[in-house]
Amino acid sequence: MTATAEAAPTQVIPLQDRPPRRRLTPYWLLLPGLAWLVVFFVVPMVYQASTSLQTGSLEQGFQLTWHFSTYWDALSEYKWHFVRSFGFSAIATLLCLAIGYPLAYTIAFKASKRWRNVILILVIAPFFTSFLIRTLAWKTILSDSGPVVETLNALHLLSLTDAIGLTTGQRLLATPLAVICGLTYNFLPFMILPLYTSLERIDPRLHEAAGDLYARPFTTFRKVTFPISLPGVVAGTLLTFIPASGDYINAQLLGSPSEQMIGNAIQKQFLNVLDYPTAAALSFILMALILGMVTVYMRKAGTEELV
Amino acid sequence: MEFNEIADGMSAPVRKAWARSLTNGRAAMSRRMLLQATALMAGTGTLAACGIPAAKSGSQESAPAAGPDSSDTDKTLSFSNWPLYIDVDAKDETKRPTLDAFTAATGVKVKYTEDINDNVEFFGKVKPQLAAGQDTGRDLVVLTDWMAGRLIRLGWAQKLNPANLTNALTNLEARFRAPDWDPGRQYSYPWTSIQTVIAYNKKATKGKEITSVAQLLDDPALKGRVTFLSEMRDTIGMVLLSMGKEPAKFTADDFDAAIARVQKAVDNKQIRKFTGNDYGQELSSGDIAACIAWGGDLIQLKADNPDIEFVIPAEGYLSSTDNMLVPAKAQHKKNAELLINFYYQHEIAAQLTAGINYVSPVAGMEPELAKIAPEVAENPLVVPTREMAAKTHLFRSLTEAEETDFESKFSKLIGA
Repeated sequence: MTATAEAAPTQVIPLQDRPPRRRLTPYWLLLPGLAWLVVFFVVPMVYQASTSLQTGSLEQGFQLTWHFSTYWDALSEYKWHFVRSFGFSAIATLLCLAIGYPLAYTIAFKASKRWRNVILILVIAPFFTSFLIRTLAWKTILSDSGPVVETLNALHLLSLTDAIGLTTGQRLLATPLAVICGLTYNFLPFMILPLYTSLERIDPRLHEAAGDLYARPFTTFRKVTFPISLPGVVAGTLLTFIPASGDYINAQLLGSPSEQMIGNAIQKQFLNVLDYPTAAALSFILMALILGMVTVYMRKAGTEELV
Repeated sequence: MEFNEIADGMSAPVRKAWARSLTNGRAAMSRRMLLQATALMAGTGTLAACGIPAAKSGSQESAPAAGPDSSDTDKTLSFSNWPLYIDVDAKDETKRPTLDAFTAATGVKVKYTEDINDNVEFFGKVKPQLAAGQDTGRDLVVLTDWMAGRLIRLGWAQKLNPANLTNALTNLEARFRAPDWDPGRQYSYPWTSIQTVIAYNKKATKGKEITSVAQLLDDPALKGRVTFLSEMRDTIGMVLLSMGKEPAKFTADDFDAAIARVQKAVDNKQIRKFTGNDYGQELSSGDIAACIAWGGDLIQLKADNPDIEFVIPAEGYLSSTDNMLVPAKAQHKKNAELLINFYYQHEIAAQLTAGINYVSPVAGMEPELAKIAPEVAENPLVVPTREMAAKTHLFRSLTEAEETDFESKFSKLIGA
């Protein structure tokens, strides 16, 4: 290694000795990305951090008073909104995984080339309609007198969900279950696509090899396929869980007052109450909690392959 | 890692400090810490610079809201309105007959934008410019009364010149002449009026008639199938009326009592949810049996589903206005006044009303409306009968402290 390096000294010219134009190249390449980050991430974050520590009103103006107790007040006031948000999105994420994994597996291994593209297009197709419209459509699907509720009622399944607190009365709309269904539906593609890309990369010969070593299909899946697809699972769960925790459309359209999530609280504080500091503090708390949870999760799951 | 690689791009003193730290074997101060320290130092200064300046009081005689008016030389007007809130040509929906007539009559070209979807969102959008004393690029905006009142209170609206508003002065309906947030209409003129009423689906109530807000809050037959509006003034205003209070002059205690009244219905699951315009779909399907609704929506809903009925409660109902006003520093105030005045002519008001089916604030336009759209002229949701109009109430304006307090209590009520 060192020998080759010495043989070809041009490769190890220290950066400071290189001609200035070449030394700057990496920075020029980074510039668009950095500029984007500064304008759309750093500046808003600083602005928001400042807002969260201000006090005042629109008429008097807002001044930075380092009012840290806003954070504590916001957290104690809205703790149940946080719990609910993370609970709903965790369940939705698990449902997405349960629905998405078999589908991604089928697309990657079972479907013929032609069908594979058709199914992938079908997975992505909902994105061509607005998020709001798609969520509104669920009001029709889950309608009290609609076929879904009638079927579930006939099977007495709603009494079961009622008993564990997921629904109230003989209906689905304006219950926790409806919000979870909405979240699951809306974020499902974010689970399927990373799962598909990681499954699709698996060499089918590995399956043959496992078979040659007398592994049953299930053992092959457990010992070979699933471990290799883990990066896809981690990416998919993150892409589902994080946006679902901050979502407010589903809770607003499909939930009742007792299903409102933290996104709804932030929206109300910012737009209606005009309490900008509390809204900003809530956003920061949400970010911090998600970051904390994701860090623990990534440590546990191991993500060498992901990055 | 190669030191030069790390040090590349650092300023000379920093690089020297690094080299010293590394050569002395005291690399305790890692690069990350250094970055954190610089970021923190820079951050503290930046954070303090992000405050929002105080709004200027509108009552100052110097009229700080006024901008240079270039109307006489620049015959243009930028008009922001809500979607589907103006008449369009039956054959070509990109044509707006009344606006075209305005341009033909005055020579003022209108840039018409439908960019107001929600009062509070729009406020969030224009607030930074208005707070900084800048032109928003909009010469005329249409906002619901309480939001119009807030802009006026903050000094973010321009005083109109009555000399340019002769039609508007003569033809404005009497009940809209003196709202407490703009007495004498110095800053704003209504575009339309909105009625907040009770609606129900008679199939879903099994033929039972709904007559009062109290019934929505208490009737066990409606349990879990009632919605109220997520607009605080509409919901609380209707509840105040049902409690025998006057929404135009209630006290903070009355407000709390109304909140408690609704809270009870939320807690015992009588109220299913609080909605925006999206109640229509569920009312039509029968998931919602009865609700508080807006008159303008009901015309379409009734046309689609004859089971839907509307009710004016005996205690009265709430009406509000969407108002045209000129934001601070807008540069075509006179052109805006010309447009306001133009829409206060009977024929034009009738044409607009026939196109959008909202209550017109222009008195005496009914004969014109009857000429071009007789069925619309007979609809009490568009042209309220005399008995109905006598039952309308306005919601009083709130001080900033009240607004924060009430909105905060109402947000808790609706779960957010």
